[in-house]
Amino acid sequence: MSEQSQVKLELTRFKWLKMLLISRWPQLALRAIALVGFILAAAAGLAGTPVGSRNFAIIFVWIIWWALLMLAAVPFFGRGWCSICPIPMPGEWLQNGALLGPAGKGLGLGKAWPKKLRSIWLQNLGFVLLALFSAVVLTQPQLTGVILTAFLFIAIGTSLVFERRAFCRYLCPVGGFIGLYSQTSPLELRVRDTAVCAGHREKTCYTGNSDPQQNDGYTGYGCPWGVFPGGLVKNTNCGLCMECLRTCPHDNLVLQLRPFGADLHEARGRKLDEAYKAFIMLGAALVYSLVLLGPWGMVKMAAFQVGSLPWFGYAAAFLAFTLALLPAVFFGAVMVGQVWAGSRRAIATANQRRQAFVRFAVALSPLGLAAWIAFSLSFVFANLSYLPPILSDPFGWGWDLFGWANFGWQPYLTNLTPTLQASVLLVGFAWAGRAAYRLAAEDRPPGAPAGKAALPVVLFNFLVTLTLLGLLIG
Amino acid sequence: MNVTATPSRHEKLARLLLLGLVVGLITAIALLGRGLLPRPERVIELRARMPENGGWLPESLTVETGEQVHLRMTSDDVVHGFAVGQNDMDPVDIYPGRFSEVSLVFNQPGKYTFYCTRWCGANHWRMRGVIEVTGQGEPRRSAGQPPYVVLGLDIDAPHPAEVIPAQEPRASQALELLADLPRSYLSPAYYQAHSPAETWLALRGEPALMDASDEELWDLVAWIWRANTTPEQLQTGEQLYAENCAACHGETGGGDGVFANAPAPGAEDHSGGLTGHGILPPTNFQDISTMLGAKPAVLHGKIVRGGMGTGMPYWGPVFTDEEIWALVAYLYAFHIEE
Repeated sequence: MSEQSQVKLELTRFKWLKMLLISRWPQLALRAIALVGFILAAAAGLAGTPVGSRNFAIIFVWIIWWALLMLAAVPFFGRGWCSICPIPMPGEWLQNGALLGPAGKGLGLGKAWPKKLRSIWLQNLGFVLLALFSAVVLTQPQLTGVILTAFLFIAIGTSLVFERRAFCRYLCPVGGFIGLYSQTSPLELRVRDTAVCAGHREKTCYTGNSDPQQNDGYTGYGCPWGVFPGGLVKNTNCGLCMECLRTCPHDNLVLQLRPFGADLHEARGRKLDEAYKAFIMLGAALVYSLVLLGPWGMVKMAAFQVGSLPWFGYAAAFLAFTLALLPAVFFGAVMVGQVWAGSRRAIATANQRRQAFVRFAVALSPLGLAAWIAFSLSFVFANLSYLPPILSDPFGWGWDLFGWANFGWQPYLTNLTPTLQASVLLVGFAWAGRAAYRLAAEDRPPGAPAGKAALPVVLFNFLVTLTLLGLLIG
Repeated sequence: MNVTATPSRHEKLARLLLLGLVVGLITAIALLGRGLLPRPERVIELRARMPENGGWLPESLTVETGEQVHLRMTSDDVVHGFAVGQNDMDPVDIYPGRFSEVSLVFNQPGKYTFYCTRWCGANHWRMRGVIEVTGQGEPRRSAGQPPYVVLGLDIDAPHPAEVIPAQEPRASQALELLADLPRSYLSPAYYQAHSPAETWLALRGEPALMDASDEELWDLVAWIWRANTTPEQLQTGEQLYAENCAACHGETGGGDGVFANAPAPGAEDHSGGLTGHGILPPTNFQDISTMLGAKPAVLHGKIVRGGMGTGMPYWGPVFTDEEIWALVAYLYAFHIEE
């Protein structure tokens, strides 16, 4: 199915919604709320109780925010979270010299991000590093506080040295996978007519528009993500910040609903760094399910004893599994599929083999997202009852602001959770299988069967799904 | 890019609102913070960790006499317990991920030991902390020098019994000979300074008891030992033994408790390490020669001081003197029957 034939619902045709999106106040209000939550989380982490279950930092960040991100924000809104994320905000405000539209001279050197680093490899590295320490980060409030604060200052520093939101685009460990999985979301921001963009000399969506006369009184910044909206074909690098909606004088930008996973079959812009992100995410979901949720005390201990010999063993195993074993097995599956399907010539060169590997790795996005949703389901309902006490006593200092401080722990939906998890994993498997088939069909004549090329990849997905079902549901 | 240099009215408002929000939040945290929150008592957060993970945090507390101290305790690893030594407070269990709370008031200045009351690991016995109470009030009464120091006894020396009975002595069978027993044997001072075997030898030399059989004299020794305790003391001793001693010495005193040979977790050479276990095994109270050769003052000293080349901790600051004597009496009960 080509992109043109997809059914889409333009949301910006609803004037009230468009006004809400263009006006800076609703966005600023959401950002302010997020910033308050962030400050509270960082402060509670740094100064609050070391008891994770009674500290706002742990419960709010790693259970509530993470669950909202994985169960709602990413699957339905793609990079929607990035548009209100508080971490880059102070840096961006300093860079812009304003909280709202262009209003004054900002701070910073405005340097271009180095060309060699224009990829998500640094984000991959950041996520892997965090993942190696996750057992302690997820349970020790002080460490969570340090990491949140460090993110804030790195983001500020990056904004003061480099132009636009370089931190979000190239450094944020979370942003990398949100971008990857945002391809599956049903929300996209695109141009209505690329010809209009081609004919627009000023390209204010990229360069910014500070002249209220040009656009019905609206002004805005050039795309903070460094993307020319006229060339947007995937959600990966669109932060849904709505700046282009504000700066386009031709009303050529639209926010629209589309079928889930529409970007998966966009051949342009597939890269090895994104393929590896898919393996890192899938590998991390598998390892976390084994280490954090499994009954193997020795493995759990090894993950917790950072710096010890068992921890180095755990780290080595994590890296080997995620960065070598999973990609190697997948690469083998792709090659077997190509040979079996009689496409030996299509993988004759190293470059072709790499392209095939990168192309089929796209099918891992729905599988990985399903894995993370299933993983998140395993703890979110079980730990939801920690929320009232930490709202009433965020620091664990003995406050009782709302009278909920002694709200007892009780797991919710324990009977339903395994069914939900299994359903999500099976949907993810089916979706990934369908994606693999369509990806296999991309380099074949129209109508030619692609099953043989896709089958080994489907088998890989099946084994991953089976393992996850075993680890999460038992 | 042509930008205006002066912030617009909206921009100013946005800055004001955001600044107000952030400053308001920080002020609210500061005002509600630990220091300014009105509380009738001082709150101290106490973290319990296995000794190999660091033990109590903080390990020492300083409080004023009469000050109500509210402890909010939590565990970083396993289930622990909290109690203050030489105090009749009920132990409080401490669970990971939860807070256990207790309020304390100390009226006498001095040093108090707090300790873990749950077998949390092989080094459980090392899990101690100190509460230093300063301020007005009559200082805590010192227990004074323990009897083994007063008597000049070497509590580290082996003390095998010179003689042992053919069968375990029974106090209840000694009633017929009581009339011939010199009163001097019944004093607490005599009891503390002599082992059962020494007492038997002394009784054997008493002219009034010349006609008594060896077994009858052992029964008389048993009677003397029972006369220096009470059923309540024995019950206290049994409970203290089960809670604090059985882990190493075994439930039946055989020196075969669950931690008797446990290496310290993480100890590389397994030769004792932090626990001290493995250097010398815990004493086997089932060994009749050891027990009937031990003076009560020696057993008392061993409990107070600990050590002896084993993992035996010191219990002096934890148990009251009465509790230690109750424990000593209970230890003899392994061989001396009612």
